[in-house]
Amino acid sequence: MTTDHIAVNSKQIEQFLTFELANEVYGVEILKVQEIRGWEAVRVIPNAPSFIKGVLNLRGSVIPIVDLRERFSLEHCDYTQKTVVIVLCVKRHRAETFVMGIVADAVSDVLDIKLSEIKKAPNFGSQLDTRYMRGMHVYKKNMIMLLDVDKLLNPDELDDIETISDSVSDYDELL
Amino acid sequence: MSIDMSQFHQVFFEECFEGLEAMESGLLSLDIGDIDSEVINTIFRAAHSIKGGSGTFGFTVVAEYTHIMETLLDEMRDGRRPVTKQAVDVLLGSVDCLREMLTSIQNEEDVNMVSAAKHQAALEIELNGSAGNAPEAVKIDKVAPIAAPLKPEEITEIDEEQGWKIAFCPYLNLLKTGNDPVRLFRELNGLGEFTSNVNIQDIPPFDELDPEECNISWELKLVTEAKEAAIREIFSWVEDDCALEITPLSKPKKVKKPKITPTAPVVEVVTATPDVVESVAKKAAVVVESDPSKNTPKASSSIRVDTDKIDTLINMVGEVVITQSMLGLIGENFTMDKVGQLKRGLAQLERHTRDLQQSVMNIRMLPISFVFSRFPRLVHDISTQLHKKITLKLVGENTEVDKAVVELINDPLVHLIRNSLDHGIEMPAERIAAGKPEMGTIELKAYHRGGHIVIEIVDDGRGMDKAKLLAKAIEKGLVDEATIMSDKQILELIFMPGFSTAEKLTDISGRGVGMDVVRRNIQSLGGNIDIISELGKGSTIAIHLPLTLAILDGQSVAVGDETYIVPLVSIIESINITEKMLNKVAGKGETFKLRSEYLPIIRMREIFNVKSGAATKSNEGVIVVVEGQGALCGFLVDELLGQQQVVIKSLEANYRRVEGVSGATILGDGSVALILDVPGLVRLSVR
Repeated sequence: MTTDHIAVNSKQIEQFLTFELANEVYGVEILKVQEIRGWEAVRVIPNAPSFIKGVLNLRGSVIPIVDLRERFSLEHCDYTQKTVVIVLCVKRHRAETFVMGIVADAVSDVLDIKLSEIKKAPNFGSQLDTRYMRGMHVYKKNMIMLLDVDKLLNPDELDDIETISDSVSDYDELL
Repeated sequence: MSIDMSQFHQVFFEECFEGLEAMESGLLSLDIGDIDSEVINTIFRAAHSIKGGSGTFGFTVVAEYTHIMETLLDEMRDGRRPVTKQAVDVLLGSVDCLREMLTSIQNEEDVNMVSAAKHQAALEIELNGSAGNAPEAVKIDKVAPIAAPLKPEEITEIDEEQGWKIAFCPYLNLLKTGNDPVRLFRELNGLGEFTSNVNIQDIPPFDELDPEECNISWELKLVTEAKEAAIREIFSWVEDDCALEITPLSKPKKVKKPKITPTAPVVEVVTATPDVVESVAKKAAVVVESDPSKNTPKASSSIRVDTDKIDTLINMVGEVVITQSMLGLIGENFTMDKVGQLKRGLAQLERHTRDLQQSVMNIRMLPISFVFSRFPRLVHDISTQLHKKITLKLVGENTEVDKAVVELINDPLVHLIRNSLDHGIEMPAERIAAGKPEMGTIELKAYHRGGHIVIEIVDDGRGMDKAKLLAKAIEKGLVDEATIMSDKQILELIFMPGFSTAEKLTDISGRGVGMDVVRRNIQSLGGNIDIISELGKGSTIAIHLPLTLAILDGQSVAVGDETYIVPLVSIIESINITEKMLNKVAGKGETFKLRSEYLPIIRMREIFNVKSGAATKSNEGVIVVVEGQGALCGFLVDELLGQQQVVIKSLEANYRRVEGVSGATILGDGSVALILDVPGLVRLSVR
């Protein structure tokens, strides 16, 4: 954990970058954000899960781009000039980090949120997976869903999804 | 086989001197009396590498000499021998002696055998002199007076220093009686300079551990003017609950500053896994201070480059700058009549940039033969020494690897090949009895696969006995008897520090230093190591290393809107498809006729699920005939785009492995193109 992170913690305030996705507002820890760029065409990865839009050249390194709408099974929407890619630095198990981009409809704001004002995400049962949620926050009567980036974009989770689809296709073959 | 080894001497000497430096700084940072096992390990590894290297190059004098040092260090590492100043001095002396020897060899002079022999004798005295009582040195009553066999020239350095040596061996119930060793130590510390050495030999296995029992004992050193009675007084509370032995101390003058502070007594633990240390610390309520600054510094990632090459680079950069300023000048007041000039300038810039790129690449990329060609000699020498018959086969020597990889992969490979030679391949008689050819084979292969460089060491020897490995691991206390392990996990045991199944030590291998270092080195390169072994049939050790800066000649092909790169080496030819070439086997598997052969077709559009672009008719496009996994096969693509050199970027760095794709690259327009993994695709299509 970086020193400024601790400094922010000590005041019990964290900064979040908020963005819009299908008229809902989501937030990610600002310290995870590396940069924000406009949408540009990506190279499709063959046979990848549909929410992986492809890979992009970020100054010499190849980074995958995840479409959060598809990740959250929201209705698809065409990419416009307002569409942005938020480049995040994600921590894999241990200290390993990697860079990934998420596609969002638009970025909105940077908010200082008191940790005490972050509410735990309610349990939606099987309808909704709240593992990727850090919590919720109400700002000007709008609800902001704060995402846990490390869990959301963990490649092992992506693997899980693929193994499931793999086993499904194996099952198909058996039939 | 004759290979001019002298071309590698320079590298060897540089490595040796680096190793000597590491040993020296390690020895100097050793605290007398308390042992930091990591430091000793570092010194030991350096000595081991020097020994290995000098063996490879036939400098037996150096190898023999280092072997003695290594034995000494090995005993220290295992805690069988206390680290005394005397031993450290002798070792330091021998580092100097080694340096002298190597310098003489480097300058092609005769080695000064007189001074070498003198140092060797000193080493042997040290080795034999106090080693006798070593194995159980931890038993307090058996600890030899630290400065036992002093040699005359060293006595001058020794000064009688007043103080006491206290062997403090609490009974199991010490803690139950409410006594706290920490309190005692704090009071001792008040009397003078205080150092402690903890002995955790008697700690039972974790499952039998009773946290209320005190299973550890201490060896304390107190430099003070206080009388024995004063010390006895401190221990008066625990007198009945411990065995106490107080002896006067004669100590080297240079006493290290004690690391004890009144509030946090420090216990340096000899050899123990961190969790044991932790449990000990908790149990005795002693704080084990871990000082991060004491961690061994990371090996610097420097590479050696000819100054000539750098000069060339500087020249080229100069040219580029000149061209750029020329172009800037043209651009300032541009008129159409300057177009010719501009074009010439751009052409010049292109040429310079290409040259520049090439020379930068030249610096980093080397064929793996740079490493491989050192091995025939090693195999020859060792097999003669062991009276074994072994041939070494080298495959894929021209595979290009990053220079950093070339340099760092050498030591691990030496270890692995030595292991194969020593433990893998059997004696000729044994081989014949087992129905194998008398001549053993070790194959060293290198190839690119799946975004990795794979180096394989394959031997047809006796393989590894998993039951024996497991038994050894249990005996050494590395695993618990109750643990159920898969075959793969058992094989992985050989990567644990201090693990060796060899019954006797040889100077070739068998100290159990090899494999953990091997794995550490390879992991530090971002790679991994796998073992496949079958008892009686042989072992295969595969090292996977990422291609960081590898470049490759590629053919770019278009499929829909996507661009893929096919490695040029795997392309046999490309042909335009015609209707009558296509055949279907049983209405499904498509084949085409190439001259007299029928080859399977892989439709890239289908296998990669490409939906974009105008759907081409099934009989339009280009077939790229490739070789993968030893078989020919045709990739059906929309069109060929062009050939170019591409820099391989790993997809795994930020994503993960993708089947059928060995990596990615960045095209001239800044977009990403995926590089096809030809063998992988052939496999994928068969499935």
